[in-house]
Amino acid sequence: MNKAMANPRDAYGETLAEIGDKYPNIVVLDADLSKSTKTILFAKKYPQRFFEMGIAEANMISTAAGLASTGKIAFASTFAVFATGRVYDQIRMDVAYSQANVKVFATHGGISVGKDGASHQMIEDIALMRVLPNMTVITPSDAPQTKRLVELMAQTPGPMYARVGRANAPIIYTKEDLASLQLGKGLVPREGDDVTIIACGTMVDQALDAYTRLKDKGITARIVDMHTIKPLDTALILDCVKHTNAILTAEEHSIIGGLGSAVSEVLAEHASSIPFYRIGVRDMFCESGEPEELLDKYELSAPHIVTAAQHLLKH
Amino acid sequence: MAKQQAFLKELDLIAVKIRTHIIEMLYRAKSGHPGGSLSAVEAMVALYFHHMHINPKNPKDPDRDRFILSKGHAAPTLYAILAELGYFHTDELLYLRQINHMLQGHPVCTHIPGVEASTGSLGHGLSFGNGVALAGNLDKKTYRVYVLLGDGETDEGQIWEAAAAASHYKLDNLCALLDRNYLQIDGNTEDVMKLESIRRRWEAFGWNVIEVNGHNIGEIIDALLLASDHKHQPTIIILNTVKGKGVSFMENNIDFHGVAPNEMEYKLAMKELAEQQRALEAAE
Repeated sequence: MNKAMANPRDAYGETLAEIGDKYPNIVVLDADLSKSTKTILFAKKYPQRFFEMGIAEANMISTAAGLASTGKIAFASTFAVFATGRVYDQIRMDVAYSQANVKVFATHGGISVGKDGASHQMIEDIALMRVLPNMTVITPSDAPQTKRLVELMAQTPGPMYARVGRANAPIIYTKEDLASLQLGKGLVPREGDDVTIIACGTMVDQALDAYTRLKDKGITARIVDMHTIKPLDTALILDCVKHTNAILTAEEHSIIGGLGSAVSEVLAEHASSIPFYRIGVRDMFCESGEPEELLDKYELSAPHIVTAAQHLLKH
Repeated sequence: MAKQQAFLKELDLIAVKIRTHIIEMLYRAKSGHPGGSLSAVEAMVALYFHHMHINPKNPKDPDRDRFILSKGHAAPTLYAILAELGYFHTDELLYLRQINHMLQGHPVCTHIPGVEASTGSLGHGLSFGNGVALAGNLDKKTYRVYVLLGDGETDEGQIWEAAAAASHYKLDNLCALLDRNYLQIDGNTEDVMKLESIRRRWEAFGWNVIEVNGHNIGEIIDALLLASDHKHQPTIIILNTVKGKGVSFMENNIDFHGVAPNEMEYKLAMKELAEQQRALEAAE
């Protein structure tokens, strides 16, 4: 079965260029990666409103905050490793603490970055951004959703972090599916009664694959696309506790501090004893390789989700 | 000339008043940074009480000049000035660093009228100022942006990222001021991490450099005017200053970088400042 593919990075750059007239206050900054993050699409259309900051990410983030202080909606982009870990203090002080209207939009998140290796495979960014007060954390799962989320980011004031991967992603949603998309409200692309798989970003596609494989084994899964990790859709999680028998989380991120942690915090505070497991990178740095090879080796791919679901349901 | 001297005398008196506030605030707070607060007084008085176009009644006026205190530990100086200008009541100064009160240990832009940027982690302010200056150019605004840097602060790599960017974008609506007091917590700046030749460094990054006596308000005002007229390059004014200026036993004394005066020191400092005020008032 061939799925239609599109790149969320393209969707990001195209959307910025598309909404540039509607939001004349949008400015975009990049740190010598505009061809990869696709902010170049905005730069070509609005050269005056695009600021090339060179390989100097700390300066880029604080400059974005300065621009935002005058009423601009400042999108700042680079790879997820440089957009978070490298500039943590700048985001903490100038964006989160200052409640600046800065949208840090990162690409190349997760291990499916592939051959560049662990130096470029960001698996801690969600944890780093999630812990910051005032920060909204967003992980679009396909190109159409990325487009809608970029629009929502532009129209919603406040500090935000978003991350997409490097690779093309199968198209999951139609325009109609996304018509009522809201930040902080998870989507449920598949319904099921046995197990819930709460996934984010690139892992939503793996979860959908797992859905089909589980169905073949007579297990129905509810798939949740938790595109906003903060604020987290607690009501939806509790609904999953009520209506299914186990919960799995799936993220291209460390199992520490990301989506899985966020969901487990909700479960623990609500004294839920539902069987629960986190699919993610298990507290290690990965390595160079093809994206599919890496997702298999580090046990993130659909077959691993299936095994984990079966295991949970035997409890 | 006589008229000019009159307004400079007035500004010098304001500087003494600001210093008096600083000592009072730090004594009551029982913590804070006297040295770097006192060394920056004249520069900030020249900016706020003479040079900048600001409107305390409308702190968010989109056309206002901006001042960014990158060396956030000099917060008492900024707070005292903002209070004297009417951004908030001077009573607030008595509760610096106290729980349930507005004035935080370091500046916060979300809570305190007139504060442009949240600072306290060193090295960010110049980048922030660049952003404000870029927006000014984009929106064809005539406002100017001033960023006060500590000399020790320029150990931070981000300062030099920002220095390169301001020069690259020819931000002549931006003016940095460097509080060159030669002292940072661990000692003399040249022993901790050599900065000299600081003038050549900034020149090499493409900046217009002006050097003044940082405690001579007349010199500072002249430099600010020169900076405003200088085109196609950002300007940095190197303020040669004395850490702890205005309180004899705090001057050039690194022990007063981050320690508040005790009761005896407080009384001595207030006495000295009162004497300075009387001497200024008595002067022709």
